[in-house]
Amino acid sequence: MSFHLFTGTDTYLVTPELRDAVNVACALEKPLLIRGEPGTGKTVLAEAIAENLDKQLLTWNIKSTTKAQEGLYVYDTVQRLNDARFGDKDIADIRQYIKLGPLGLALRAQERVVLLIDEIDKADLEFPNDLLHELDRMSFAVSETGDHFTAEHRPIVIITSNNEKELPDAFLRRCVFHYIEFPDKKTMADIVRVHHPDVEEELLRQALLRFYWLRDLPEVRKRPSTSELIDWIAAIRRGGISAQAIEKELPFMGVLIKRESDIEAVLANRRFG
Amino acid sequence: MFVDFFYHLRDFGLKVSSTEWLALMQALCAGHARANLNTFYHLARCLLVKRESDYDTYDRAFASYFAGIEATADVSQELLEWLQNPKLPNISEEDRQKMRAFDLDELASRFRELLEEQKERHDGGNRWIGTGGTSPFGHGGEHPTGVRVGGAGGGRSAVQVAGSRRFRNLRSDRILDTRQISIALRRLKRLDKDQGPEELDLDGTIDQSARNGGEIELVFGPPRRNRIKLLLLMDVGGSMDPYTHLCERLFSAAHAANHFKKFEYRFFHNCVYKRLYTDMHQLKGDLTSEVLKKLDHTWSVVFVGDAWMAPTELTHSGGAIGFDDYNSVAGLDWLRRIRQRVPNSIWLNPESHGHWNEPSIRLIRHVFPMFELTIDGLTEAVDVLRGTRPNRPSAHPARRVGK
Repeated sequence: MSFHLFTGTDTYLVTPELRDAVNVACALEKPLLIRGEPGTGKTVLAEAIAENLDKQLLTWNIKSTTKAQEGLYVYDTVQRLNDARFGDKDIADIRQYIKLGPLGLALRAQERVVLLIDEIDKADLEFPNDLLHELDRMSFAVSETGDHFTAEHRPIVIITSNNEKELPDAFLRRCVFHYIEFPDKKTMADIVRVHHPDVEEELLRQALLRFYWLRDLPEVRKRPSTSELIDWIAAIRRGGISAQAIEKELPFMGVLIKRESDIEAVLANRRFG
Repeated sequence: MFVDFFYHLRDFGLKVSSTEWLALMQALCAGHARANLNTFYHLARCLLVKRESDYDTYDRAFASYFAGIEATADVSQELLEWLQNPKLPNISEEDRQKMRAFDLDELASRFRELLEEQKERHDGGNRWIGTGGTSPFGHGGEHPTGVRVGGAGGGRSAVQVAGSRRFRNLRSDRILDTRQISIALRRLKRLDKDQGPEELDLDGTIDQSARNGGEIELVFGPPRRNRIKLLLLMDVGGSMDPYTHLCERLFSAAHAANHFKKFEYRFFHNCVYKRLYTDMHQLKGDLTSEVLKKLDHTWSVVFVGDAWMAPTELTHSGGAIGFDDYNSVAGLDWLRRIRQRVPNSIWLNPESHGHWNEPSIRLIRHVFPMFELTIDGLTEAVDVLRGTRPNRPSAHPARRVGK
């Protein structure tokens, strides 16, 4: 195959399925849609791909107010109006007021880049549909100037979603999809070791035991995620707490559990369980 | 023959499009399956299935299609060879029509024979068919266990992985969690211009400034706010006990949703009679007639209950069991009054469709449109309340039960 294969990085462990999905998406030049619980490493994946394949990473963070157009370019009319009013600039060339967004930059890049469209489901329901054409053809037009750009190097597009909104079928059909499962204990142990290379085995074992116990409590509404586990282990180690202590109590519970009702649920369960 | 798999998936209800199928063919041609059924399982999944809620359906389809293939070495060998080097025409848009055409006859027939054989052998104790309880509506206490086991373990075959159905509880017709409920409820919006301090109307400002030839003129307008007023009426106790957890989640999601103009809740037992409760344990509450007085057609009422009771509890005065002493007005008449007062009212039922032929449920479906308390059901219900779906109770209560 003519392109470099994504293999994961030292700090980003990748399952074979996810690795294959990334490579398929690269090969077929289709966007890769990643879903999964918060903290399963959706966003970091794009960074890992960029690092692993030695490509530049462009990030487009989606907010509830983001419009598809902004990803391509923004025609800064306010700046132009301002310049016109105070007359200290030549405003005849409107190209200087066309500011490319992350998607526009990715399509105009001189080499293949990685474009991360982060949390696409935050935006309006119609947002993904507005991107269909650009993602399909990898080209866009600037209507103000009549310029038309087609990507010479189709970017690797990684899209993440937290599943807050259903994405439209037409959009989904064009993507490669992968759902990142929450890591099992063994994988999680590997992930923790990446961040805490010298962690004691017994401490790790006890911490994982506690962590999965917490996650499996049906009353806990906001289940702790990977990054919270890593923080928690950091807190425990810095606090010099022993593995035996974790077995008996839950030190620094606030790192894992963030909601009052969840804390109560955990305490109640500890008492009876 | 491989196109059979495409139709097989579609028969299972996966909306696989020909575009996606062609993408899979492209990937196969490029050697992405790496002559391996496991890799093929993941490859086909990432290209054909776009929702984790469909993973379970895919698993079932995959396992039933490929069941037994690995058991017979030479056939799997042939399949692997085919996957390694699929003899496919170069697929272009125009070849779409030809998609049905490519088949590998010999392999196909052997494949089929084997499948037939396998079917017979598997019908009895196959885990697949045996799991039968695909009905997502177990009792409240039932939590499918072992879902998160498995993972990236290398040794498991694709059919085993598919067979373990790890994604069962991602199915969208399963019961919901709070977050999913909030998302469904968030769609319950009716934006209207509201009174209050005026906000800058940006579009108007730009328009007006342009008309003024660049002289900036600020335009203000009234803000838009959600006008939904929601009353949640929940059945508690008795036959609803198994669903307590589910109802709590709905309740907390609705309570946390801050986009309603007004949100009220009351409890009842089996059916609404002359009192509605704010606290079921201490029997604190208001007269139903008083609550009704505060409501009008601008409100929406959502009932949550299994609607499962003796029909007399609905139809007879004095039919109430439990909290109300003696009801002179029959339960069904109370329900009709509420429906009359607030036409925008629906019933969510945690019981599955399959039980909706129960006499008491049929009676209530006659008064309110009824939906299952699942993501799909809640979405439909929200559509009724938003007015984008006809608000009709079942005309013939016995008609069409189950999907």
